[in-house]
Amino acid sequence: MVQSIVLSGLAIGCIYALIGITYNVMFSASRVFSFTAGTLGMIGGVLGSLFILRMGMPIPIGFLLALAGGALLGLVTEIVAVRPVLKSLDQHLYVLSTLALALMVQQFTAIEWSTEAQPFPRLLGTARSAFDEQFWLPMLACLAVIVGLELLYRHTLIGRAFLAIAEDTYAARALGLPERSLRMTSFALAGAIGALAGFAGGEMLLAFFGNAPLLTFYGFVPVALGGMGNNRGAVVAGLLLGLFQQSANFLVGGIFASVAVFTVFIIVLLARPEGLAGAALQRRV
Amino acid sequence: METLTARWRASRANGLIATGAIGTALPFLVLLAVGVLFPLFGGGYWGVIATRAYIYWVLVSGLNLVVGFAGQIAIGWVALLTLGAYTTSVLTAGNVMAPLPPYLALAIAGVVGAAFGLIIGLPALRLRTFYFAITTLGFATIVTQVALAWQSVTGGGVGVPGPIFPEPFSSQWGFYYFCFGLAAICTWMTVNVGASRFGRALTAIRDAEVAAEACGISKPALLRTVFLFSGAVAAIAGGLFASLQSYITPDAFTLDLSILFFISILIGGRGSVLGPLLGTILLTALPEFAAPLVAWSTFLYAVLLLVIVLAIPGGIAEILDFKNRRPLESDRAIIPRPDLLPRLLGAPAPAAGAGALTLEGVALSFGGVHAIEDLDLQIQPGQVHGLIGPNGSGKTTTLNVISGYYAQQRGTVRLNGTALPVFDRPERARMRIARTFQTPRIVGSASVLENVMIGATIDGRATFVESLLSLPRHRRDEVMLRDAAMLALAAVGLERLAAVRADRLQHSELRFTEIARALVLRPAFLLLDEPAAGLSADEIRRLGALLLAISRSGTGVLLVEHHADLIFDICHRVTVLNLGRMLAAGTPAEIRSHREVVHAYLGG
Repeated sequence: MVQSIVLSGLAIGCIYALIGITYNVMFSASRVFSFTAGTLGMIGGVLGSLFILRMGMPIPIGFLLALAGGALLGLVTEIVAVRPVLKSLDQHLYVLSTLALALMVQQFTAIEWSTEAQPFPRLLGTARSAFDEQFWLPMLACLAVIVGLELLYRHTLIGRAFLAIAEDTYAARALGLPERSLRMTSFALAGAIGALAGFAGGEMLLAFFGNAPLLTFYGFVPVALGGMGNNRGAVVAGLLLGLFQQSANFLVGGIFASVAVFTVFIIVLLARPEGLAGAALQRRV
Repeated sequence: METLTARWRASRANGLIATGAIGTALPFLVLLAVGVLFPLFGGGYWGVIATRAYIYWVLVSGLNLVVGFAGQIAIGWVALLTLGAYTTSVLTAGNVMAPLPPYLALAIAGVVGAAFGLIIGLPALRLRTFYFAITTLGFATIVTQVALAWQSVTGGGVGVPGPIFPEPFSSQWGFYYFCFGLAAICTWMTVNVGASRFGRALTAIRDAEVAAEACGISKPALLRTVFLFSGAVAAIAGGLFASLQSYITPDAFTLDLSILFFISILIGGRGSVLGPLLGTILLTALPEFAAPLVAWSTFLYAVLLLVIVLAIPGGIAEILDFKNRRPLESDRAIIPRPDLLPRLLGAPAPAAGAGALTLEGVALSFGGVHAIEDLDLQIQPGQVHGLIGPNGSGKTTTLNVISGYYAQQRGTVRLNGTALPVFDRPERARMRIARTFQTPRIVGSASVLENVMIGATIDGRATFVESLLSLPRHRRDEVMLRDAAMLALAAVGLERLAAVRADRLQHSELRFTEIARALVLRPAFLLLDEPAAGLSADEIRRLGALLLAISRSGTGVLLVEHHADLIFDICHRVTVLNLGRMLAAGTPAEIRSHREVVHAYLGG
């Protein structure tokens, strides 16, 4: 009992953390929170099921294509919904444009794929056990992304360029960094990470268009609590969220678990709008 | 003779505005007539569609104040529709207690809705845009889940019957007129609020929040009121919706509905009532004209939203705004009329009676940078006090400390001996301290006159409810604010542009608009942050004469400037800052001959 709560809690927490990282990677490159973050997770699951179950592709190919699909959607987000409104960042038009794009993808999926949750393939076909692949696959994916991003940011030139852009866009541009292509790369990377979250969590969440708004919300909680742009904060907060939600699920039932998560989220945000990790105030006058 | 011309000019401007009022009312009257006569033409099915549009509008009219006027991105407003629908239905069905009459249930739903509107809205007071959007979205998901799970009350997935309103509203057309009447009342009320000081204050919060605070507008108080109203009408719309559906299940309240409400407002145009009204009608009727598209309707709404955001951010309202497409005169000059100032600001106060604005040992550092250190400053009423110094010497920081945007770490700022509370910007306006900004902060979509009226928001006496219902005190407020604003505009020389959208003005005109906005507050102290920047030599000269006249009416003026000539021409006293410290203080003549100042700053 306790074991299954902890396992499923950590697994779902890893998915939330990955969506949180998706938000962060996009945010670092553009100062924009995109509503498409959860949609990317949903698309990862749907594309996985589409390629592997419906079209019968081998799993590795289906996996790569699902990631490519996510990266493509990330690129589309940047081109259609982010770039045109970057000039007037203070008007918050990005909230509306990314919302519109997220809705379009979500509705398209509902109509062309299915409005019902569809099965997701058993990826490794291991025997069912307490420590099942559906639990450890999201954890593995999360670990891989954290290590991968850490290596990218620390040890590659392009990773350092990402950090420079995130730190100070104007200074980075003044240094001659190709801001636009770095931003596009970031969005593609974020898209792939989001799709990976949905793919690795596919056995738990299934291929369902309705996952998009849920992931958009629950994936943002770790960002808000962990501090925006802070991946480590997102992972810790994501895992805590998953554990909290699953234990509340088992103890008081699903609905009240959602209410509890929401209430905690609001209270924490009202008490500390900058997130638990903290961030500086901006100059206004 | 002078006053006659002024009066004539003012009345002409008022006349312009009055014809504008008839022009604004006309589309509503047409819609009213169409709505009343609709049952003569429309078939039964179209009656249902029209009723649905009215119900949606009851909700959208309130949401419009939140989204369109205040600019808060509230996406999940369907939650309040759900709440109102279930409250009304459950109370009339008698699931929890003895069945109540539908009207009483609807009224209770309104109260519950107001409370939840406030709860959903509270995060907007502290959180940034995206956070607030996400919390409303989360709330919408949770309300549906609760409706699904709380079977004993809501009937869970099976649902609960909606209320039936008694005669004469039980028949289809009876219910049609009931909803139509409520929609008409909501339209009337929100038009009233939109054109009141509350509506203007909301747009100021949306487009120029910093300036709104300096005008004494308290964002939390205002938004709380608007969330209460918006929640109440949304829940009432929910009760009507349940009655129209005759049976409700959680499935009826999808997020798609929320999106429809939200997009109606954006398509209509922010800060308008007519636009969102047309938007609501359009989006409700649209799927009926294209039956095969029903499944795709939310997708189409999303496409529309994207197109609006990227291509026509002003929405329908901007397309319909013919008045502001007429070209403006090209070679217009700003000719201030300082002679009007005594009428606006009152007779000159006796110099001895009014207190000074003083800074004592004020210090503020950002990290390791000392922005200002141990600054003493005394601004006397009726005098122009110049504050000069090189870039980064702490001039604007000083101004921001006085007006409450920064809190000093040491020292005090006193007005007439009373210490000013740190960070309380609206309190500055109540103490009659007005300011302008280095980059003018103006509501671009509002007219110049409306922008200036924002400056005197705190002088209005009518409450929000009085404005909703257009009671006498509200109308008196409006006349008073309008007259004061016209006078201020005439005084700075912009009365000919009163009816023009502010974002069409030239830079120098925006600077004078800000001064007019500060003047309608009848300030005891006026703080100006580089008012001459970007002005022509002629304009600077007229500005100088205007500022001198303002000081002669008893107002103390703090002038932060780079134009040394202007400073030396009009200031009674000058303080020179360098690297956050006071370098010198004295009369212009003393400063001009101060060796260090000449060396460090004036270049000699």
